[in-house]
Amino acid sequence: MSSIEERVQKIIVEQLGVKPEDVKPASSFVEDLGADSLDTVELVMALEEEFETEIPDEEAEKISTVQAAVDYIKAHG
Amino acid sequence: MSEERKVALVTGATRGIGRAIATALAESGFFVVGTATSEKGAQAISEALGASGTGVVMNVAEDESVAATLKSIGEQHGAPLVLVNNAGITRDNLMLRMKADEWSDVINTNLNSLYRVTKACLKGMTKARWGRVINISSVVGTMGNAGQANYAAAKGGVEGFTRALARELGSRNITVNSVAPGFIQTDMTDALPEAQRATLLGEIPLGRLGSADEVASAVNWLASDGGGYVTGTTVHVNGGMFTG
Repeated sequence: MSSIEERVQKIIVEQLGVKPEDVKPASSFVEDLGADSLDTVELVMALEEEFETEIPDEEAEKISTVQAAVDYIKAHG
Repeated sequence: MSEERKVALVTGATRGIGRAIATALAESGFFVVGTATSEKGAQAISEALGASGTGVVMNVAEDESVAATLKSIGEQHGAPLVLVNNAGITRDNLMLRMKADEWSDVINTNLNSLYRVTKACLKGMTKARWGRVINISSVVGTMGNAGQANYAAAKGGVEGFTRALARELGSRNITVNSVAPGFIQTDMTDALPEAQRATLLGEIPLGRLGSADEVASAVNWLASDGGGYVTGTTVHVNGGMFTG
């Protein structure tokens, strides 16, 4: 079983088409990984699917970095 | 097998233009899911489509109905990658006499339905990086028509929705277009009084009503690979009665 960090990283790599080594905890989806607004929505949907959870819009807006995604999943997954 | 065929969802596929669209898409190799508001209508669609599609009961005017139906379509056949928003109603009346529910029923069924159904289909399309949203508008949405302020408002809204969504989803290889029929031979136009019919024909350069198949043909083209570079536009199928 992969760790939450690994699963989140895999989703980001698939969704944003970036290299695994570029996905660091502090990486911002928009500023560092080149995501546009539609990408970030799709990313949240992919996280919801992978972790079988529902992320409310107001929470989703706060998930702007890799670490924020991992933290959210750990707290709610 | 349906796993290999793209699923096309056509709302309001029991009669007229919707039925013609469902048939045309099935002939083009899509697995067509056609919606009807009654069990009987859904059965008729299933019988007409045979192995190339199925009919389901869905009311585009109701949130729960759309959510439940889309979920079950996804599970049984796969997410629709072609969506034809066709279902619509008319409640014609002069504005001075128009009841609030004549206004809101038309806006809800013809315009709010696009929010419900399209949103429910977009996840599948963005994932697939391929999609076609085709909204059936009307020449009335551009020209206007006395006695149809509600219908014209809804159809004008459909075309604005089309343009905005085309810009939003272009990067995902999803095209969004409208097809705007003029006067088409259907139950709706058969109900017109003879005098009104004659006046109408005088305004159509081609001098005849269109057929549902001629509308379906435009939809079919937009859904095909050949229509892939067309997005954000309205294709007019109206015998020349409006030429932009």
